[in-house]
This record gives sequence, C-alpha cells and structure tokens, in this order.
Amino acid sequence: MSEEEDDIILSELDDEELVQQMFDDLYDGLKDEIDEGVNILLERGWAPYRILTEALVGGMTVVGQDFRDGILFVPEVLLAANAMKSGMNILKPLLAETGAPRVGKMVIGTVKGDIHDIGKNLVSMMMEGAGFEVVDIGINNPVENYLEALETEQPDILGMSALLTTTMPYMKVVIDTMVEQGVRDDYIVLVGGAPLNEEFGKAIGADAYCRDAAVAVETAKDFVSRKHNQGATG
Amino acid sequence: MTDQLPQDDTLTETGLDARGAGRILLIACGALAREILALKQANGWDHMDLTCLPAKLHLFPDRITPAVAEAVEANRADYDRIFVVYADCGTGGELARKCAELGVEMVEGPHCYAFFEGNAAFAERADEEMTAFYLTDFLVRQFDAFVWKPMGLDRHPELRDMLFGNYTKLVYQAQTDDPALTEKARACAERLGLAFERRFTGYGDLATALEEQSARY
Repeated sequence: MSEEEDDIILSELDDEELVQQMFDDLYDGLKDEIDEGVNILLERGWAPYRILTEALVGGMTVVGQDFRDGILFVPEVLLAANAMKSGMNILKPLLAETGAPRVGKMVIGTVKGDIHDIGKNLVSMMMEGAGFEVVDIGINNPVENYLEALETEQPDILGMSALLTTTMPYMKVVIDTMVEQGVRDDYIVLVGGAPLNEEFGKAIGADAYCRDAAVAVETAKDFVSRKHNQGATG
Repeated sequence: MTDQLPQDDTLTETGLDARGAGRILLIACGALAREILALKQANGWDHMDLTCLPAKLHLFPDRITPAVAEAVEANRADYDRIFVVYADCGTGGELARKCAELGVEMVEGPHCYAFFEGNAAFAERADEEMTAFYLTDFLVRQFDAFVWKPMGLDRHPELRDMLFGNYTKLVYQAQTDDPALTEKARACAERLGLAFERRFTGYGDLATALEEQSARY
C-alpha cells in the first residue's frame, strides 16, 4: 500500500470516527491534527464545550491513565498536553462567548524554593478542560502570594505543588498560616508532587493529595460538588 | 584488596552484586558505586562489602524504597550490620521510615547533590541555587541515560525549554579531577541551554558517613 492510501483525511471521517482519531492524535501529541479536528467539529456545528469535553478531555484522560500505568512517560504527556493546549486555544474565546458551565475556581502554584512546574501546568490544563477557572500563580511562591491570590480571586480550591523533598514541607507553612488567619475552612486545599503521598497530605492538613492531574480533576469535582451540596442543605 | 571498577551501563541497569568477606554490607545506589569503591580502596575498608541497586531506580523514585527493603531482607542474615547508602532521593521520607522499621541506618540528606557538597552547606545555598541543575561525575558520564533520553530530548528536542526553562545554570559537582569529564559536563550544559559551573566537592558527607560506619566496627 502506498503512503497516500494510509493517510487519514480527517474531514472524511464521521463524527464518531473523528473523535476517536483525535484521541489517537492527542496520544501521539500531533498538534496540527488536533487543531484541524477541532475546526472540523466546529464547522459541523458542535458546541465548543462538547468538543472540549468529548474530544480533548476524553483523549487526555486516556493519556493520563496510561501515564499512571507506566505506559506513557513525561515527554509523551507533555507533547499530548501541548496538542491539547493548542486545541483549547481555539476553543477558549468561543467558550467564553457561548457561556460554558463553570464547575469552580482554583488558584494553583508551586511552593517557595521550588521552580518545578510540569505537573502543576498539567493539572492547570486538565482543570481548565474540566470546566474550572484556573488562576496559575506560577513557581516559587511564598505564603504571602497564596494568601493574596485567595483574597483577590476567592477560589473554591487552593492547589499547591512541590517536586522536592526539601520544599514540600512549605505546604504546611501555607496551611498553618491559613488556619492562623481563620480562612483555612473557606477553601478546599489539594496538594500534589512526586515525593508526596496521601499520608503527607493528611499530616499537613490538606483536604486531599492528588497523585496526578486526572486524579486532581476528579478530586476537585468531588469536593466542589460536596461543598455545593452542603450549601444547599445547610 | 582492589575492586575492579564496574561499567557505568551495568551500574545504571542492573547494579552490582556484593563481593568480599566483610561484616558490614553497604547497600547503595549504583550511581555511587565508583565513589564508594574509591573510598574503600583508599581507606582499606575491607570489612565493608558493597552491593548496588540499579541507578535507574532514580527515574522512578517510588520504586527505591521497596527495592532497598528487599535487598536488606535478602542480605541481613549474611552480615552483622547493613548501612543503606541512599539519601531521601525523592521518596518523600518513605525510605527513612522503612529503614527505621527495618532497623538499619542510612545516609542523611535529601539527595546525593546535597551530601556531596555537604548537607549543611547545600541547605544554606538552597535559596540562591534554586535554579541550578546538578550533575555528579556519574551523571555526567550517564547524561544520555539519565537526562537526555528519559526526558525525551533525543526524540523531541523542542521540549527542552518546557523541561529546563526555569533553570539558569548547570552545576557540575566534581568528585574527581578529570578534565575530560569537565568538558563533557560543559557540553551537557550547552545542550540544555544553561550556564556552566564546575564545583569540586570530593566525596563530601559520603566519606564522613562511611568513616563513621567503619569506625563503629
């Protein structure tokens, strides 16, 4: 068979086949193909929110699962993330126009002394894809930065990330300061990063430790819905 | 007694089996084998045998603690004492907890970059060196196996800035004086787009920790 015969023409696929193909393209980190797929679905009248959740987040969830299972590694996940980001950039202005549902709001940042942000960026992107508004305050954040962002942004969730054994204890400094200031219970606090574990999350007073971006999204959704339910019954 | 130097590839992939008739067993990371063998030879520490786990465990830090625990259990009947030559190494305190549970001691510190430089000195510099990426002698020699390939830069060089964009310099912590290795380290810095600094550390707190173990025999 010639190479030409092997080439898949995205516009010739039906919707279901196209979404499946976009899953494969995300998996392979093919940015241009993802952009093309997003544009085709838009032309076919798909709502931007539907494209985001069914094609992009759906595909990225597969990537997340295979990362967790040791089938994919950091470079492949980054390439997939880049492809998803590119597709999201097309959708973002349209989502704002069409009033997509907002699940909740999160402030996220890497703690003081730590410049590692790959995991944090993946979480930000997956949270956005899941309908959260994300305010990313970047790397090397002292407690003052977190508190200021909480005050200004009034999020539902505070997310903290650390890659180093030496910097992860700083998360406790932030949580303790929130307790001192009487604002700890106003927020859901989620923590993550390679050297962390569930026990550590509990010990420092976080609401949950999230082992990867996909878990972070599920945990965030769960806590936010519980918070809303409490509000409804309380 | 002299120990033949193991190959770096072997230390990365499979580690090193214990040899000798010592009464103390050092269970170490493969990345430290040459340094420990050099110290053993220089000090005549024939009462300490060395076994190494594959250095590549560092690519999956959650696998370090179970691997060390297995090695302790497998060897403890044959030795009077076991000393674990790992620092925390990204296990988030798990390795220390497991060693305490098993009744064995380990090297203090967050990782080998800290104990080669001296844990106290490294901690003092932590703020100003936040954007430093460290390589030891072993990691310079095994740069492709530990950095370039696992980070996907051999296949996707465009990821470099995404992976290393927050770093500003590569610090080569030299355990030995080796001009060829220094040149290789400088080339590694260039490949990552980072400034280069060579810092001679020698064996730092690793030597102190092993001296202590030796003296207690």
